[in-house]
Amino acid sequence: MYVAVKGGEQAIARSLELLAQAQRGDTAVPELELAQIREQLRLGVARVMQEGSLYDENLSALAIRQAAGDMLEAIFLLRAYRTTLPRFGYTLPLNTAAMRVRRRVSGTFKDIPGGQVLGPTYDYTQRLLDFEHAPVASVTPADAPLPPDMPRVLDLLDAEALIERIEPGSDPEPVDLTREPLTFPADRATRLQNLSRGDEGFLLSMAYSTQRGYAESHPFAGEIRMGEVDVRVCPEELGFAIEIGSIVLTECQMINQFHGGNGVPPQFTRGYGLSMGEGERKAMSMALVDRALRCDELAEPDDAPAQDQEFVLSHSDNVEASGFVQHLKLPHYVDFQAELSLLRTLAAQHATPSPVQQGRESFEVPTA
Amino acid sequence: MDTSPYLARADWMSLLAQADPAELSQAMDAFAPPADTAWLRPAQTGLYMLRGRVGGTGPQFNFGEITVTRCSVQAGGHIGHAWVRGSNTRHAELAALADAMLQAAHTHGELHLHVIEPLRRALDRRRDEASRKAAASKVEFFTVVRGE
Repeated sequence: MYVAVKGGEQAIARSLELLAQAQRGDTAVPELELAQIREQLRLGVARVMQEGSLYDENLSALAIRQAAGDMLEAIFLLRAYRTTLPRFGYTLPLNTAAMRVRRRVSGTFKDIPGGQVLGPTYDYTQRLLDFEHAPVASVTPADAPLPPDMPRVLDLLDAEALIERIEPGSDPEPVDLTREPLTFPADRATRLQNLSRGDEGFLLSMAYSTQRGYAESHPFAGEIRMGEVDVRVCPEELGFAIEIGSIVLTECQMINQFHGGNGVPPQFTRGYGLSMGEGERKAMSMALVDRALRCDELAEPDDAPAQDQEFVLSHSDNVEASGFVQHLKLPHYVDFQAELSLLRTLAAQHATPSPVQQGRESFEVPTA
Repeated sequence: MDTSPYLARADWMSLLAQADPAELSQAMDAFAPPADTAWLRPAQTGLYMLRGRVGGTGPQFNFGEITVTRCSVQAGGHIGHAWVRGSNTRHAELAALADAMLQAAHTHGELHLHVIEPLRRALDRRRDEASRKAAASKVEFFTVVRGE
């Protein structure tokens, strides 16, 4: 039986009005300006850009305000908006070696060329709520800028051939998950696109599981760098490459033990993470999960959840996950009526057992 | 095409895109658009897919998209183009106009002097300051030697 249901327009209209009011809050309090969100909630703006998979601080700030600070809703808004824009093309590969560094640390070498640069980080705060909210102190710049070329820390190991070298090879055209569906097995480039868009909380948990022993990888943070990278494109109309601006990125190069296998001698291997804006937790988590997902390539045991690419890649996207979990709120009246009617039939049969069931059923409903 | 004694076209187009939009607007105030100015392709915002490299050096992967505004203009007998990150249409229009006028021999010198050079100095100054501020947080290790 199919029952068409119509109604609720009035209720929905009132609900939208209530939402608008709730989102605005007390009108005696000034409304947030987008510039305030962009400047003062920059880490939230970065997360929404990264998982919304669209670098635009202003759109991200708008999405955060509209979603009343619900990051996953803001990410959804950004993903929906991008579908309305034409695709002009693909940029040239980002050159993170030429990053104008604002922060760069290594957990593996104390003395690195260019030095350890802490930059703006919560790492050394005491995590005490600041009720005083003291005015911001100005930073006195150093006499000399950082060296223009900060060598990658992992290149130090590369010189000794103690770490795997990652070459572009034939530099194949990568799969674009915004155009093609995810299929398995997915190659590393495809996995990295999926992880780039993936939910930070999910990747953090997966990464944490590898540290706790589900996929032993013994990681070190070889290098984390954050700063500005130029974005370059080569439009057909020009026939030569130009810079179109610069963006802030966080890159994490994880170093992991490898005992050798598949014809490869024992050496350090790498996991890679990249995130828009200041997204250190995301970049580190991504790097650990990237490394765990390389188990097949490196002939490692693959019995941990973080090594199961079908599991990880199918559940990393919070827009998909949120949609599927939350769709349960929508009317399932007919589905549920069918279940209810089935259960009533079963319950009636149980109350008045047929002769066959009497002889066969062994369980009893406990009575008080 | 008239060529610059100072900069290749790719360099000035890059600089116009990297410039602060307000500073570009202020610098271009002094220049009236040529009489024949016609917008061939009005400013339009779209997407580029950012590409990264696996491990920073390996094969390419698609990282995520970025908003870009492009614009094309005919001015002073030359066609100027702009591709500028973000959705600031005014920025793209001014960059395209400046690109056209920089290609014309009779306006190149003035634009170079009053637009390109000041914008480059401002960009260099901002980058230098940001780098020196980051350098202020560089760790100086003091090693304590124990025993003899």
